[in-house]
Amino acid sequence: MNIYIAIILMALVTYIIRVLPLAVFRKPITNKFVRSFLYYVPYVTLSVMTFPAILNATGSITLGACGFIVAIIFSLYKGSLPLVALVSCLSVYVLELFM
Amino acid sequence: MREGNNKYFISGLRGGLPIGIGYFAVSFTLGIVMQNAGLTAFEGALMSLLNNTSAGEAAGTVIIGNNGSYLELAMSQLIINLRYLLMSAALILHIDKNLSLKHRLLMSLDITDEVFALSIMQPHPLSPFFSYGVMCSTIPFWAAGTALGIMFGNILPATIVKALSVALYAMFVAVVIPPCKKNKKLIVVVVSSMALSYAFSKLPYISTLSEGNRIIILTIILGLLFALIFPHEEEEEA
Repeated sequence: MNIYIAIILMALVTYIIRVLPLAVFRKPITNKFVRSFLYYVPYVTLSVMTFPAILNATGSITLGACGFIVAIIFSLYKGSLPLVALVSCLSVYVLELFM
Repeated sequence: MREGNNKYFISGLRGGLPIGIGYFAVSFTLGIVMQNAGLTAFEGALMSLLNNTSAGEAAGTVIIGNNGSYLELAMSQLIINLRYLLMSAALILHIDKNLSLKHRLLMSLDITDEVFALSIMQPHPLSPFFSYGVMCSTIPFWAAGTALGIMFGNILPATIVKALSVALYAMFVAVVIPPCKKNKKLIVVVVSSMALSYAFSKLPYISTLSEGNRIIILTIILGLLFALIFPHEEEEEA
């Protein structure tokens, strides 16, 4: 895989999705099923991408699980993304010191 | 008219700035993931400059890191970023209906979740110059954060890079979990997506699929399934 072809391919596909309705179709999407599908896509994708990948992200399942659980608990209380990420990383770092 | 455009551009710059700063944090963690996959700072910055999409770039990085196929890469972007179709379509009603093609083509470059949310709050009709202002105060942060994440991933001690490796996933958690408190159906969506994703990574045959393909297949199947059993009510705009 050539990295530059890969990057340009990604950019092209993503741009086509963004540009089609606004510049070509010029009609809103009214179909309820299609709208529901598009509404659920990010939740499914992000969930699938996060788990179990986070368990393997650090090379230790224990550390990954710690970061994951802390992120869930913290995001239930505070929504801010950078804050959740910071606390999750800190918990992994501290646990790492004890391992 | 010129002066009006200027005013919109500056208002976009200002409105986009808080988004840009948030992007910096997210793309820094994305850079850590890219560094783990072996991308250089230049490659990461270029990807971010041209794509402006966290989930799409994260999946693309995984596929590039595993040396997947171009088809897998293109499909992953198509599926993961399909939600921008909805946002772009919603913007149609928000711009001047006689707006020229040139402006439509340019405005489309930076339709992201956060930029869309900001754009849709602007008084009708949305000026393309507002969008250009937002682009100027968000895209550079997004690209710079990515490059810095990769550079710091290269020089920081291994223990810190290890800890930072969970950051992007923690942010994804922080995107999907809070809305679950308002919409209970999303708990089912998130939990079953994670459970099936785990099963797919362990089951015989299925686990031999690449991570990118598993993301694509699960997103299509589960997205269709939930659209069928939980049709989404419209009051909260996606």
